[in-house]
Amino acid sequence: MSATQHNSESAPVLAVEDVGVILSGRQILTDVSFCIDPGEFVGLIGSNGAGKTTLLRVILGLQRPSTGRVRVGEGGARDRAIGYVPQKVALDPDLPMRARDLVELGLDGHRFGVPIRQRARHQRVDEMLDAVGAQSFADARVGRLSGGEQQRVLIAHALVSGPRALLLDEPLANLDLRSGQEIVALLHKVATEQRVALLLTAHEMNPLVPVMDRIVYLAEGRAATGTTDEVVRSDVLSDLYGHHVDVVRVHGRVLVVVGSLAGADNGSVPAHPPIEVS
Amino acid sequence: MGWLFEPGFFTSPQVYTALVIGGVTAVVSAIVGVFTVVRGQSFAGHALTDVSATGGSGALLVGVNPLAGFIVGSLAGAGAMEAAGVRHVRGRDLATGIVLGASIGVASLFLYLTTSTTATTGATQQILFGSIFVTTASTVPIVALFSVISLGIIAAIYRPLLLTSVNGDLAVAKGVPVRLVGTAFMAALALAVGLSSLAIGAILSTALLIGPSATALHLTRRISRSLILAALIGLATTWLGILLAYDSADWASGHDSLPVSFCIVGLIFVVYLASAVAAHLTTASRPVDSAGESAAYFRPVPEGDACSPGS
Repeated sequence: MSATQHNSESAPVLAVEDVGVILSGRQILTDVSFCIDPGEFVGLIGSNGAGKTTLLRVILGLQRPSTGRVRVGEGGARDRAIGYVPQKVALDPDLPMRARDLVELGLDGHRFGVPIRQRARHQRVDEMLDAVGAQSFADARVGRLSGGEQQRVLIAHALVSGPRALLLDEPLANLDLRSGQEIVALLHKVATEQRVALLLTAHEMNPLVPVMDRIVYLAEGRAATGTTDEVVRSDVLSDLYGHHVDVVRVHGRVLVVVGSLAGADNGSVPAHPPIEVS
Repeated sequence: MGWLFEPGFFTSPQVYTALVIGGVTAVVSAIVGVFTVVRGQSFAGHALTDVSATGGSGALLVGVNPLAGFIVGSLAGAGAMEAAGVRHVRGRDLATGIVLGASIGVASLFLYLTTSTTATTGATQQILFGSIFVTTASTVPIVALFSVISLGIIAAIYRPLLLTSVNGDLAVAKGVPVRLVGTAFMAALALAVGLSSLAIGAILSTALLIGPSATALHLTRRISRSLILAALIGLATTWLGILLAYDSADWASGHDSLPVSFCIVGLIFVVYLASAVAAHLTTASRPVDSAGESAAYFRPVPEGDACSPGS
């Protein structure tokens, strides 16, 4: 389940190969492997502390893996090939910056020297604002937008430089249900239309199930990869966790119940934690 | 025009030097100040002014141009703050507070020694509250040089500095060397503080650094405009302050003129208050924009959606 087959036609945008990370003596990740193809929508699912953010940092090149490696595109050029939307970006409400300016910084914010005005740049920013549906609040102070609006602007910021892969760390964490659904729909559209490979982390998989092409399920520092139906099964996840795990499907939602609890088999609700619901 | 410009204003070499040094310093301080405010480093900026006072008073004691002392002092302070690291906000504030207290203490010693061992009676006034009318024209080229360096640094790191100021994680993801950019900015800030210590005094230089920038940030939501606006406000208040101080000599016979630093800082404060009122009035008429942070979480929900099934 660890190695993933993909179309031989298109090379994967991102290949994570046997990545292991040890931080201050603690094994955070063990032999994590998966590939993402262009236009694929992949959810990196796991509870808090499962190692999702660490894995993203390894992919971004901010954290050196203890073992294994990450290949991006045709090798190298990592900065330009990957866009990133960090977790919990707190923007000062008084920041003197319009949403449009933040998107523009996604284009050249890493460059030194004073920017030279170019019509092509502004056009690119406008296209991106259109693509994420942020045109109506493009001229408002970015720090005063709602959480969902800021998330759109940050996605545009990450995508405007034309990366081949986009990583998002818990993009739905601070959003209400409806804004979250809108962001998921937007990301799905972006992945399809712009052929951008998407990898987003979430501790709650259900909002992503309808659009995810594949899932990377992290638990105990190890990963299981495949389609949701292939991975989110009692036998696969029990193997991953190292003890019995129940997967329950109720009203179209998937619930993962962690913990070897007698009685869970005959459908009664487990009375005691640890319970983990995804 | 005679009532506005008292006789001799345009012919006095001291006034001319003051206008040049004050104007250049105001522009540099305002531009560096915008980033200082946006980055939330106003307290660090203020701490540098105190270390700068130590340098300036030390320079006076050993008979060197105070500007050299101001610059060396604030650069050393910036270096120390960078070396101490900025990882923990509270630890940084504590360290900064202790260092600035100690540096003012040392400055008071230097100033005491200067006044008691030499005939320099106005030393305290000069270092802490400015010396723009007694600065010689020979200082102008040095002021110009440090101004060019400070603004040059800002120009070179403009976009990475902006991105780092918005959010460190975004900058890191773009491959910005965040630490390097921060250190370069501290150097630009130290130079600006050193210059404004000369112009309006070490204690008051925070006003020139923060005042015009904070005012400009009230009035515009674009960083490029806030830079231009802050520079204009700084320039206007400084020149008006110099004029006011010069004219005030003739207002009441028997008195000295008003201190120039008081005039400049007073004008900055008045303009800041006016901008705060203006900003309040404009945002009050735009409810969506005025709620600030809370607007992010408490958006009005369109009718009918609040109770849709399943939510």
